[in-house]
Amino acid sequence: MTNLKEAKCIVWDLDNTIWDGVLLESEKVELKPGIKEILEEFDSRGILHSIASKNNYDDAIDKLKEFGIDQYFLYPQINWNAKSSSIAEIQKKFNFGIDTFVFLDDQQFEREEVASLLPEVETIDALEYAEILKKERLNPKFITADSKQRRSMYQSDIIRNQTELEFKGPQEEFLASLNMEFVISDAAEEDLKRAEELTVRTNQLNATGRTYDYNELNEFRLSENHKLIVCELTDKYGSYGKIGLALVEMNEDEWHIKLLLMSCRVMARGVGTVLLSHIMAEAKKANKRLFADFKVTDRNRMMFVTFKFANFKEVAKNEDYVVLENDLTNIQGYPDYIKVVHL
Amino acid sequence: MELNQKIRSYIEDNLVVFEDEAEFTDDDNIFKMGFVNSLFAMKLLNFVEKEFDITVENDEIDIKNFSSVSKIVQLVESKRN
Repeated sequence: MTNLKEAKCIVWDLDNTIWDGVLLESEKVELKPGIKEILEEFDSRGILHSIASKNNYDDAIDKLKEFGIDQYFLYPQINWNAKSSSIAEIQKKFNFGIDTFVFLDDQQFEREEVASLLPEVETIDALEYAEILKKERLNPKFITADSKQRRSMYQSDIIRNQTELEFKGPQEEFLASLNMEFVISDAAEEDLKRAEELTVRTNQLNATGRTYDYNELNEFRLSENHKLIVCELTDKYGSYGKIGLALVEMNEDEWHIKLLLMSCRVMARGVGTVLLSHIMAEAKKANKRLFADFKVTDRNRMMFVTFKFANFKEVAKNEDYVVLENDLTNIQGYPDYIKVVHL
Repeated sequence: MELNQKIRSYIEDNLVVFEDEAEFTDDDNIFKMGFVNSLFAMKLLNFVEKEFDITVENDEIDIKNFSSVSKIVQLVESKRN
């Protein structure tokens, strides 16, 4: 099982899994020993929890509140549907790959139902709940400030999305109502783990598909010939975390963007263009030509469009990537609805 | 609906414009009318491909083919012939 991907979400059954007993039969169920600590530990590792349980929604939620653990679970599915359909629903909400889900249930029947319809979900007997802390795929390679905040960031997303759905009026008014602030800064040492994590986790919005490890990134950070830039986005609901990264090589007459990536979570906010505009404006101020490497894959077309619509043009083609140049004659300003801060 | 009207109403519905009341003609530069962010750019591209059943090649993804309603009409028509 070593080839399994790192898990991003654990889906829990409730009866005889989170607690001993069956809630429909008796209100006097008791939490399994140590379960709270286990939930907390995964939460701090940045692994999210959800629920697939056959119960009355309100009763189960009340019980979770009584135990003081309701806040750990996002998109809980407490209903009478098949568990496979509950897990599919959770997957849709998070937009994670289905192969990053783990499901715990005490009943073999439920585990088999899930395994047969969603074979990529790892199913685990709830008896083993105390053992899962040691599982390799539940021990992420990176634990960063962003991992620790991941749950609260997703909780903010839930509120944002809800507000966006309910918002009547032009999209720009909605965007303006968010009070977004985009902070662009040179990477500090404590940003490097998150930067490495971003290069590994991001596929759709990565310009070159390159990944760098901690030490390489640290060399770039300290090098006089490189700029390593990180971006954070916040709005009135809280921080999205460090969601963007760019590496620029600075030579005598030209700058060269070696890497540019954005987390998919901020795709809908269009901040990739803001970061590009920032780099373009800086290059122009320094009176340098600006180039960028780009490797077209079947997943990063959106990033390609971002570059092309920012007026980058192809000037050379290498074996597996193209070189783009921007003549810096036309730099889009920042939109009104987002405040851009350079540190 | 005419090609240009379809494209224009899509842009009107989706572009975050600088001025609410702004009206624009088929030849106005949309990059000057509003903030063309990566999401809008991608949505516009998908719309054009789906609505008119064409595939825009990488070397056609270029500001000059998308800067106005007329330019997009030109691109679509050239692809259809």
